[in-house]
Amino acid sequence: MDIEIVSISKQFGRFKALKDVSLRIPSGELVALLGPSGCGKTTILRIIAGLESTDSGSILFNGEDVTRRRVGERNIGFVFQHYALFRHMTVFENVAFGLRVKARQIRPKKEQIKSKVFELLRLIQLDHLSEKYPAQLSGGQRQRVALARALAVEPQVLLLDEPFGALDAKVRLELRRWLRRLHDEIHVTSVFVTHDQVEALEVSDRVVVMNEGKVEQIGTPEEVYNHPATPFTCDFLVNVNLFHGNHVK
Amino acid sequence: MQPARISTIGSQRPHRTRMDEPWAARWLMIGTALLFLGLFLLIPLAAVFSQAMEKGLAVYLSAISEPDAISAIQLTVLAAAISVPLNLIFGIMAAWAIAKFEFPGKSMIITLIDLPFTVSPIISGMVYVLIFGLQGWIGPWLYAHDIKIIFAAPGVILATIFVTFPFIARELIPLMESQGREEEEAALTLGAGGLQTFFRVTLPNIKWGLLYGVILCNARAMGEFGAVSVVSGHIRGSTNTIPLHVEILYNEYNFVAAFAVASLLAMLALVTLAVKSLVGWKMREET
Repeated sequence: MDIEIVSISKQFGRFKALKDVSLRIPSGELVALLGPSGCGKTTILRIIAGLESTDSGSILFNGEDVTRRRVGERNIGFVFQHYALFRHMTVFENVAFGLRVKARQIRPKKEQIKSKVFELLRLIQLDHLSEKYPAQLSGGQRQRVALARALAVEPQVLLLDEPFGALDAKVRLELRRWLRRLHDEIHVTSVFVTHDQVEALEVSDRVVVMNEGKVEQIGTPEEVYNHPATPFTCDFLVNVNLFHGNHVK
Repeated sequence: MQPARISTIGSQRPHRTRMDEPWAARWLMIGTALLFLGLFLLIPLAAVFSQAMEKGLAVYLSAISEPDAISAIQLTVLAAAISVPLNLIFGIMAAWAIAKFEFPGKSMIITLIDLPFTVSPIISGMVYVLIFGLQGWIGPWLYAHDIKIIFAAPGVILATIFVTFPFIARELIPLMESQGREEEEAALTLGAGGLQTFFRVTLPNIKWGLLYGVILCNARAMGEFGAVSVVSGHIRGSTNTIPLHVEILYNEYNFVAAFAVASLLAMLALVTLAVKSLVGWKMREET
């Protein structure tokens, strides 16, 4: 499903978080919103999700205007920086949540929910921890559970807000690559927010560089790195080295 | 180049941190705390029970089963049974709104919630007399319609609601604020509706704080004296609560009966303390 953001502006009190932002996220791509703190990337993500309202402009999912639609009706999956797992529920119950709150008519049966949950837990390689509580898991495990929970309702868009920000460097690297492999397998349109240039260039199909509420440049990692369109982009990516290589087995 | 030599002498001495007090000081402080506790808590508590049982079990039981005592117990229980659920609903709503949202007037509401704590209980009772009493604002209208509030049970209940107003809200607000709104947002993104989110996500997260607040609210509702004293009129057999009844008995020099009835409140205090400890332990376990 492709997403179109048309002339979105958003103000928090006096602070202008977004100034007339427009961009398109093609279906099936993994897009990074990259920029320094306060550039508006998280705001854009939350507006797509429906967790924030817009002052002006509209959001289109496959050409359909969803600006006025409630969060729960947009069929999105959201992964938070600090996981936001339901602390009093087990891993299984967390992942099953989205399926259990569906309206009675469309709710899957218990056995169906169970098999779907375990399918996802196997995907994230945590099926042996299904009865544990979030407090008993490591940061990396929690984030994987959060991802499985978001995927359980088969969203058309996956939105990730600095998903690896709260993890230590080694785990961050592992999960970054794992997310890329997951996306290669599942192909759901994904947008993730990061301030880490390397992460954005390494993981995504397309990078949207933002600064102070405006889009500076949109392009593939190579384009953005080799042909920065604005002084900001050039400066922001200057300390990054991009290497190409082939994985030799 | 010579590697630097690291001294290992210090590590062979017994480990002594800056927090170590000489044992004399430690025992002095613990002893003082225990003395304080004993003087202001344990001795009075023991006195209540020993005085209550001074003339034996039969007298004790007759004191608490005497008709005026029974009606006092009934009114106390009624006041608590009405004020605790009402303040529970209000407290949850207020804490939820304050913790999860930003809106104008928020800090004023927080201040207002604390009002019953800052106002003297006598004044709290006084306010109701000034509004509903015969010389008050609504008094004449109530008299004309033969509705009794002051010097009747409704007045007692209203005064109890007022003084126990803040307990549950004050307990829940910092708890819910520290929990943030991310879990609720996550539930919404997964398709849960407002009520579903509240019952499946918010409520289970606050259950121990809620219980804690309810226990405190109940203890205060049953033990309130000042505010209830002003509005009740002390009419034996109809507008007395347990604390007021104790006062009457004591003023009549009926000490044993007074302590017997007071021992009911003392037992409530002990139960409250026990439940509070349990909840506190559970809350620590969860974090």
